[in-house]
Amino acid sequence: MRYMPHTADERAKMLGEIGVGSVDDLFVDIPVEARLKGLLDLPLHASEMDVEKNFRTLAGKNLSPYSAPCFLGAGAYQHHVPSVADHLIQRSEFLTAYTPYQPEISQGTLQALFEFQTQVALITGMEVANASMYDGATSCAESVLMACRVTRRKKAILSGNLHPHYRDVTRTTLQFTEFEATELSPVLEGREDFEAHIGSDIACVVVQNPDFFGRVQDLTDLAEKCHAAGALLVVVVNEVVSLGAMMSPGEMGADIVAGEGQSIGVPLSYGGPYVGLLATRQKFVRQMPGRLCGETVDQDGKRGFVLTLSTREQHIRREKATSNICTNAGLCSLAFTVHMSLLGETGFAKLAEINHGEAVAAAELLNELDGVEVVNDTFFNEFMLRLSVNATDVVEKLAEKGILGGVPVARLLPDAGTDNLLLVAVTETCAAGDIRKLVSALKEIL
Amino acid sequence: MLNNQGRPTRPNTSEQDNSTTDTFTGNKALDLETPLIFEQGVPGRLGVDMAEPKKVKSRLGNTARNNPVGLPDLSEPQVLRHFVRLSRQNYSIDSGFYPLGSCTMKHNPRINEKVARLAGLGDLHPMQPVSTVQGALELIDDLAHWLKTITGMPAVAMSPAAGAHGELCGVMAIRAAHEAKGEARKRILVPESAHGTNPATAALCGYKVDSVPAREDGRMDMDAFAEKLGPDVAGVMLTNPNTCGLFENDVKKIADMVHEVGAYFYCDGANLNAILGRVRPGDLGVDAMHINLHKTFSTPHGGGGPGSGPVVLSEALAAFAPVPFITHGEKGFDLVEHVEGEAAKSFGRMKTYHGQMGMFIRALAYMQSHGSDGLRQIAEDAVLNANYVRVGLNDLLHSPFDGICMHEALFDDSSLKDTGVTTLDLAKAMIDEGYHPMTMYFPLVVHGAMLIEPTESESRETLDQFIGAMRHLLNKAHKGETAYFEQAPHFAPRRRLDETGAARNPILRWIPEEDDPQNKRTLSAAS
Repeated sequence: MRYMPHTADERAKMLGEIGVGSVDDLFVDIPVEARLKGLLDLPLHASEMDVEKNFRTLAGKNLSPYSAPCFLGAGAYQHHVPSVADHLIQRSEFLTAYTPYQPEISQGTLQALFEFQTQVALITGMEVANASMYDGATSCAESVLMACRVTRRKKAILSGNLHPHYRDVTRTTLQFTEFEATELSPVLEGREDFEAHIGSDIACVVVQNPDFFGRVQDLTDLAEKCHAAGALLVVVVNEVVSLGAMMSPGEMGADIVAGEGQSIGVPLSYGGPYVGLLATRQKFVRQMPGRLCGETVDQDGKRGFVLTLSTREQHIRREKATSNICTNAGLCSLAFTVHMSLLGETGFAKLAEINHGEAVAAAELLNELDGVEVVNDTFFNEFMLRLSVNATDVVEKLAEKGILGGVPVARLLPDAGTDNLLLVAVTETCAAGDIRKLVSALKEIL
Repeated sequence: MLNNQGRPTRPNTSEQDNSTTDTFTGNKALDLETPLIFEQGVPGRLGVDMAEPKKVKSRLGNTARNNPVGLPDLSEPQVLRHFVRLSRQNYSIDSGFYPLGSCTMKHNPRINEKVARLAGLGDLHPMQPVSTVQGALELIDDLAHWLKTITGMPAVAMSPAAGAHGELCGVMAIRAAHEAKGEARKRILVPESAHGTNPATAALCGYKVDSVPAREDGRMDMDAFAEKLGPDVAGVMLTNPNTCGLFENDVKKIADMVHEVGAYFYCDGANLNAILGRVRPGDLGVDAMHINLHKTFSTPHGGGGPGSGPVVLSEALAAFAPVPFITHGEKGFDLVEHVEGEAAKSFGRMKTYHGQMGMFIRALAYMQSHGSDGLRQIAEDAVLNANYVRVGLNDLLHSPFDGICMHEALFDDSSLKDTGVTTLDLAKAMIDEGYHPMTMYFPLVVHGAMLIEPTESESRETLDQFIGAMRHLLNKAHKGETAYFEQAPHFAPRRRLDETGAARNPILRWIPEEDDPQNKRTLSAAS
């Protein structure tokens, strides 16, 4: 086995040095009756060539969005990942380092994290951000817990237009705590009314922008209403490219931003690993979950970076920690940082403008089709269609034609009244030909 | 050292005369500094070429951005060079020995990286119709089969994103199982030597954490355990092999006692590497155990993640597993994504979509490469290497617990007593010798703990050199060369950093100079 260096002769010599007769003598603490005699019932080792073949075979059984027009969104978006980003995350020194517990020999990871935290704070319009969470949904759940700690209140209001997985993960996370969430019903058209729900016992209101159906809104009024009641506003952003074109949640008055950073630098990879973003105000920093990287100096006065404020964390505080999180999304946050560095101010705005332009143009074409109606008044790069027939059936027929045409709302929100609704995302990766293919395929199907 | 324009300048705090070794740039040959990305760039540069945006009527309503974000503009080669320079300030398993106990820093094969990026795997969208992702579902199902076979457990929840997330999954399943029986239990028993994530997880599930002391031989104190066990105990969270690097040889008795009071046995699987193919947790009475794919199955740790923490479950807990999970239907593989029907008892959902697919691919490639024979060899060589280090050092370093260890060798700091050298000093001196230090001051039950986990990846020559270097340093400490240790590391990209200052005055992001009224940056960055 090429990964293990010892020869049989070396093993025997080492056992001799240890002073035991056989390798079995090293496992004597395992109860005799539980010791495995033979090998596990699994295949024997395979060569690199054979392993690669196995995975090529599996990959061949899937429809690759690289080769199919892809209009899928619903919280995960196909964007071009620059080669430089994928190359850099494969640098040995980044890829095969552990969490930076020894800062003197981890400045690469630490400075990159400091840059990540700064980029996330800048795009969300917040003062500080942490070093990442698992994904957007867990970041959302942690934000609610954090808001409860900050306000010393126990109730959260979840917008009905929050991504259903975010709502489910938040509910699951809270279910055995002293905190609870009131979940509002989805509002397909018109605006949600939060006012009736915001009372003096509410810790936070959680609202997504653009919302699950793609609509965008100015949340300034809602932030003011929350603050007047002593509650926090948690804004969820799961398409971060939108922040290149939209007012930031911070500008609208958000207190915590829970984001999904996948769109910047991270491949779709069938749903994970992604990178959760969590940003907030400086005054709440000691209630934040997760790792934080801070600037300091070394003995010689040179600038350097360390993990800091760890008295919030499980390895110090144990059951009193702000979260149980340990490993986060390190390498994905690096991919995000590299891609965002390549984009810069100019590129981030331009990428957002391209996405919006492509989506608006596609929506106009689709809206002209018989049996298709664009429901949204506003949107960024994703909008909802009301079809004349069942959206899941249409998506299956499109897939047979090699087109990934959208996400049926009913797959995530299987309640009555959503059967004919289809979410369509259009990013910079959709070529003009792709839209034409979708339009003509829909003409045939509908 | 950098001034506030981000340009390297000459350090002025050093006591030595550096005039003959100073350079104009602050760089030292291959030792290259790079300022923060925000201190570079010229407005208008661009690192990504894109088509011109379509001119359309905006559909953003009244939400269009009016103010700049504040990001710097750079070209592609600048960005590449910046991050390459940063990477060179990191230690990594590819560059050297990384015996960080409890973290299983083993070789990360590159075939795993290659197959994770194949078209048809790396680019799949999580909401594609299941008819278009049959290969992906087969892959997850195959990995589940390997995990169940390795652990001897009947079910596995694949979605947890890391070890602590897996713990949360397991303890939530335990709580859901008790609630289904109408039982409101209050306490979880956790040994003192446990990872901090164990008590933090139990607390997040609404349980009171009751800590069980360790015995003199490093295992859980069975008398104290029996005393604390009772009808209000929901479960025990036990790491096995434990964080002292020892197998809990009373494990079957522990499982029986736990089950007798109607509680469940959670096993922290962080140290699974030591027992692969030698014993199956399912044969030890375990009800739930997370598996760190980023430890045992080599998915790269990436400077702090991403991880993946599937949880194997016993029959008693399987029905409470989180969604989604894969089923086999007439049309092939299918996904159960909602808490209803056959998932009616599920405790809910832990993350978006279906789990850490990118990590699944890497872990399965690793398992297939090893096979049943290689997996067993992993455990044997990992335990062999740890014991080799133990006997190589135990005349100079004190082992708090006698006898054979599993995959990691644990020492305390009693042999450093009266030298003036601490565990931390020794660790920093190891950096100068070209090693990543061992885990320090953990587990908490051992004074000045040094936890050394060599893994199966290391050759005898590497271990011999490491033992030699450690012996050299320990002799140096005993000779009274305290100052050498206090000043270590001498040769790293940074000397010891002011962590107290960082926590007292947290600077968590870059701030443009004009927006920094307290001039914090200038204080910390300028010479």
